[in-house]
Amino acid sequence: MTNQLFNENRQKLFSMKKYRYKNSVLHELNIDDEPIKCKACDNSISKKLWKERFYVCDKCGYHHSINAKARLNMLIDEDSFKEINADLSSKDPLSFPGYKKKLKEAESKSHLKDALLTGFASIGGIDLAIGVLDSSFFMGSMGSIVGEKFTLLVEEADKHSLPLLVFSASGGARMQEGLFSLMQMAKTAAAIEKFSEHGGFFISYLTHPTTGGVSASFANLGDIIIAEPGALIGFAGPRVIEQTIGQTLPEGFQSAEFQEEHGFVDMIVQRKDMKKTIFNLLKLHSRK
Amino acid sequence: MKKLSAYDRVEIARSQVRPVITDYIEKLFCDFTELKGDRLGKEDASILGGIAFFHDIPVTVIGHRKGKNLDENLKFNFGMPGPEGYRKALRLMEQAEKFNRPIITFIDTPGAYPGLEAEENGQGIAIAKSIARMSSLKVPIVAIVTGEGNSGGALALAVANEVWMFENAVYSILSSEGFASILWKDSKRAKEASKLMKMTAGELYQSGFVDKVLKEPEGGVLVESEEFYKELDEALYEKLKELSDMSPSKLKLSRFEKFRKMC
Repeated sequence: MTNQLFNENRQKLFSMKKYRYKNSVLHELNIDDEPIKCKACDNSISKKLWKERFYVCDKCGYHHSINAKARLNMLIDEDSFKEINADLSSKDPLSFPGYKKKLKEAESKSHLKDALLTGFASIGGIDLAIGVLDSSFFMGSMGSIVGEKFTLLVEEADKHSLPLLVFSASGGARMQEGLFSLMQMAKTAAAIEKFSEHGGFFISYLTHPTTGGVSASFANLGDIIIAEPGALIGFAGPRVIEQTIGQTLPEGFQSAEFQEEHGFVDMIVQRKDMKKTIFNLLKLHSRK
Repeated sequence: MKKLSAYDRVEIARSQVRPVITDYIEKLFCDFTELKGDRLGKEDASILGGIAFFHDIPVTVIGHRKGKNLDENLKFNFGMPGPEGYRKALRLMEQAEKFNRPIITFIDTPGAYPGLEAEENGQGIAIAKSIARMSSLKVPIVAIVTGEGNSGGALALAVANEVWMFENAVYSILSSEGFASILWKDSKRAKEASKLMKMTAGELYQSGFVDKVLKEPEGGVLVESEEFYKELDEALYEKLKELSDMSPSKLKLSRFEKFRKMC
């Protein structure tokens, strides 16, 4: 019976594949009662209810993408967030045509200087270092600044013996910075390796989408890897794979559920259970 | 002599007459013994690994394997490893550390294989682990990009104390076709992309990503370019001697700091 339920749920999530690519972000806007439709099933709920339900459709279970601030708001203790390195913003190391302009556009759209928000916070009174990738900034892609902010965050966690929690939502390495971006994979992975050698505890939380260079570096190096239902997780993007193998991919390929089935994530956690799951893991790893 | 464009070099790097890892092994090492398998259920022939003597020093040699003809290339998957290849590489690198052998890697890949099984078997995590673990190994590592060094599939073998490139090799975040396809939805603009990507040995040396560029004979290195191999051999010997004088913890620290600074 449980199995059957699980399979039904999985089928439902798989059938949402086509919606995943739309990847629209529901920002935290002023709350009014204007109804908003679910991206997956057209279920219509008021903004207030969306927020109360963590931007998860109560009808079909679809987890909408949320921005970094919304993620923090639903997770950490009130007013506990202290952002670090907020002013770091991307240079244009290759002088890539149009990149500076696109950075400006991304900044005004997302109100972020780059795709990764980092800082200190507490959850249920437990202090931690926290980072959240925001897919509304350049698809959450990793260039020099994302790599640098991530590494600085890991170093802070190491210095203060804090647990580290990072939410990924990224299309991969940022093309416009070329090899500078590729090297961020080495830098971030090395930072985690060192942190781990020192006994540091890293929860990597994979949200939609976690692909490319981010999946092939820090995101897959968590002591514990958690995924959000329905998230696209993989190294190569579905389009590239389809072109390579010359056939369409099976339903649900590279979904969080697929990754769990293949042994690459510890657990899939519903957004409503995110806070208590993380709190519990933090308690279990308390170093004091 | 005609000045080569970035894409000219991409074409030289991919050329069918360009030597492959087995040639370099033949030219530079003695008593090469291939070691196979990831010990987790599969052998991936697109990465070649083993042990050999370099002069009088036992070393571990690992690299992407391309073939010289279609049959070989099908067997070696055109030098595009799956996770099993990276797991084999990592196993051999850890073995090198255990026996205190320097590691020399040869990088020549269109990228990690973007296939169904590769994804099912954890391509991302296999690459991530190789990159992470390379950063903490306590033996000397020299990585040499000999042809195409594309994407995380190349970096997975390139977290080294010294990163060298052949003059006509390219090293980049993605193939120029893939890059053009992602940015402009048009892989035919690869030539234009290659110019913007700053992927040639000269450009990367200037940006500080590459420590040494090995000058090739005009038109590109061939199997019979004996003078080239002699120079490579001498440079590598000097460098290994220098690195072997460093303490294990210093080797690890200096490699870590090299990549820490990259931004």
